[in-house]
Amino acid sequence: MSDAGRLGDAFLRPGSSSFLDFLKDHAPELLPGRVDAAGGAALAPHATTIVALTFEGGVVMAGDRRATAGTMIASREIEKVFPADDYSAIGISGAAGIGVDLAKLFQLELEHYEKIEGSLLSLDGKANRLATLLRANLPLAIQGFVVVPLFAGYDLDRGTGRIFSYDATGGRYEEHEHHGTGSGSIFARGALKKLWTPGMDEAQAVRVAVEALYDAADDDSATGGPDPVRRIWPVVATVTALGYQRVAEDELAAVVGALVTARTEGRRLA
Amino acid sequence: MTMPFYVSPEQLMKDRADFARKGIARGRSVVVLQYDDGILFATENPSRALHKISEIYDRIAFAAVGKYNEFENLRVAGVRYADLRGYSYDRADVTARGLANAYAQTLGTVFTTESKPLEVELVVAEVGATPDADQVYRLSYDGSVADERGHVVMGGQAEQLGKRLGDGWREGLTLAEALALATTTLGAVGTDGQLLAEGAERDIDGAQLEVAVLDRARPRRAFRRLQGAALAAVREVEA
Repeated sequence: MSDAGRLGDAFLRPGSSSFLDFLKDHAPELLPGRVDAAGGAALAPHATTIVALTFEGGVVMAGDRRATAGTMIASREIEKVFPADDYSAIGISGAAGIGVDLAKLFQLELEHYEKIEGSLLSLDGKANRLATLLRANLPLAIQGFVVVPLFAGYDLDRGTGRIFSYDATGGRYEEHEHHGTGSGSIFARGALKKLWTPGMDEAQAVRVAVEALYDAADDDSATGGPDPVRRIWPVVATVTALGYQRVAEDELAAVVGALVTARTEGRRLA
Repeated sequence: MTMPFYVSPEQLMKDRADFARKGIARGRSVVVLQYDDGILFATENPSRALHKISEIYDRIAFAAVGKYNEFENLRVAGVRYADLRGYSYDRADVTARGLANAYAQTLGTVFTTESKPLEVELVVAEVGATPDADQVYRLSYDGSVADERGHVVMGGQAEQLGKRLGDGWREGLTLAEALALATTTLGAVGTDGQLLAEGAERDIDGAQLEVAVLDRARPRRAFRRLQGAALAAVREVEA
């Protein structure tokens, strides 16, 4: 901004309703993906497993709480699932720092559009904006800072929950029923495949999400299981016609408690 | 060589101010008033899509009268300013005071340097944790800023309406009371733009009202539009 205090031309110029486009023109240095961080990828903490599954009337998204840097646990209580706006959620796996920034920018992109246009983007529109954002991050992804988000939301036009997965180049794929990303997702997806049934209600879906993360943590060292000592539970959120809601801690404690009891009583060894 | 006509700075500024004032006075008024749980914005506006009241940021809203394309441009600039600031620093660093200053500079520069002043008047308001922490700034076409307490009227017949609103306003109004006061104030101007006598105010239909609040109790984004059933529910409380 040249003249101090005044809203510069960039602010007043007629333009698109995208915050990303505005940043590109006005302050490109603030965009993720523009830095040269060759060789730094090994230092960056990584976030792991995210799962999402649909149920009757909405969608559940859940993420474990561990971030790892190599063999070290970098954080036991990182959050990887965020509200993207009132009717959608974004979960990030991969390079944690950049992923969190990307989620923040994505939230802002949706909010900015909503404020400027006075209406919400369609769910497909939101999913496409996230793809654009990932493409902007491609230079960093090539250097090893790969972020793989999972996007899920309630489609107000269709009245159902929908899930979208992405690759690092911005490829967007709609998933049906359930999906998972991150290093523990191979195990989580096996669990989802067996436990997901059509017509589940919200409580059943939350239980299945926690169970899938539990299985991922069981076999993947980079995924953290529930921690009853520190009382750290996965972040679980539901998105329905009522909007984004985070499942309360005590509710999750009960779900985890029931799950552990069932497995203990079943005398499962492997 | 031809000599330009001499116009004194006083005359020039006066002409510009008269011009801007005339443009602003043509439109319908906007009323802004504090109530116990937040700040209420109301105006008579039959359009569902062309808003005079809108959200700028988490706790900040914007209301305007005058020329639509001019205040719309300022509104979008405000959203960009706020989102950029919040993104590069923190959400807590976006304040109504900062935004009001930026608007004041912009309006002032246009008023003194461009051939035509902006025919707009704005309110930038931020809801605080308590009514005392609320901030309401009123900005004029020439860049002057006033820090308002309690209530503001902008637009046509603003002076007379402001007095009536002031008589009816007190601290700690409920939302329903504040909305009733706002609609009576707006209804004091007849469809022909003439001021009606007290007690003979028009009753404005809900579909003609644009109403929004900054609700102190809401987490993060405090701005909420009241329309349709939600608006009718608040209006019924008073009846």
